[in-house]
Amino acid sequence: MKARWFVLGAVTLVVVLAGFVSYYASTSPDGLNKIAADQGLATSSPPISATTPLAGYDVTGVGNPRASKAVAGVVGVAVTFAISGGLVVIVRRRRGEVG
Amino acid sequence: MHIPDGFIDVPVSIAAGAVAVAGVAICIRGARRNLDERIAPLAGLTAAFIFAVQMLNFPVAAGTSGHLLGGALAAILVGPYVGALAVTTVLVVQSLLFADGGLSALGLNVINMALVTALVGWLVFRALVRVLPRGRSSIMAAAAVAAFSSVPAAALAFTAEYAFGGTASFSFGQVLIAMTGVHVLIGIGEAVITGLTVGALLATRPDLVYGARGMMPRLELRSGVPVPVA
Repeated sequence: MKARWFVLGAVTLVVVLAGFVSYYASTSPDGLNKIAADQGLATSSPPISATTPLAGYDVTGVGNPRASKAVAGVVGVAVTFAISGGLVVIVRRRRGEVG
Repeated sequence: MHIPDGFIDVPVSIAAGAVAVAGVAICIRGARRNLDERIAPLAGLTAAFIFAVQMLNFPVAAGTSGHLLGGALAAILVGPYVGALAVTTVLVVQSLLFADGGLSALGLNVINMALVTALVGWLVFRALVRVLPRGRSSIMAAAAVAAFSSVPAAALAFTAEYAFGGTASFSFGQVLIAMTGVHVLIGIGEAVITGLTVGALLATRPDLVYGARGMMPRLELRSGVPVPVA
């Protein structure tokens, strides 16, 4: 498979998963949160980082739950791709300088 | 498996932060050695894929769900160092932008979901690939078992952290059993997703799977002359 088609396919898959399929994900608490609730591990201290407009993979102010999840998912994959890709560029460049 | 703020006390969270920073530094050092032209662009795609699939919680038991952790998958696709860095990126974005995983627990979450999973996943994968016959199905099976093992390993890491820094009184034995039990189930999902992803890549671009380098059978012409793949 040519690199261009591979990248196009991978990007499409990631966007569809984060922007569309994510709406159908289970909303039950995950293993750790369920056990924490069952066994009383959690304390009542408030989360530090809950004030972001994307908290909980929903966009504050977007009423349509499907659109809200889609925007949050696509923003998430874009930011993750940019940071991870950028990190690699920096690490590679610094390796080049060291020799 | 993202630990929220307030689960684990401040001293243990700070210590975990220091361990996580040291682990990430080791990974950057290691990544410098094995970042070549093929892995560099794949690191961004791998991180984006893991972010997307982590959104897809699947049900595992009554009222409980699980999601991919991705450390084992990332280690197999881009190597353990770059892989752990890719998952770390995902965790940082989730914590800062989506309030998934507490900011104060970021070090703990990086240890459990990026460092432990990539390390355990990679070691199990390499050990299995060494003893299994060459070929796509062996690599898929090794990837699935490696991914499966990484999930209870991360659950054990959490249980240990909670034992040292838990903010509520609890029964260590009960939490250990409950965490391991649920995460064995979630591990099955991790194994399926990882095995299928690695299998799909081996079918399309086997040269892009770091863990499969030199492990696939060589293509042969009818004359029986071996031709190197990629």
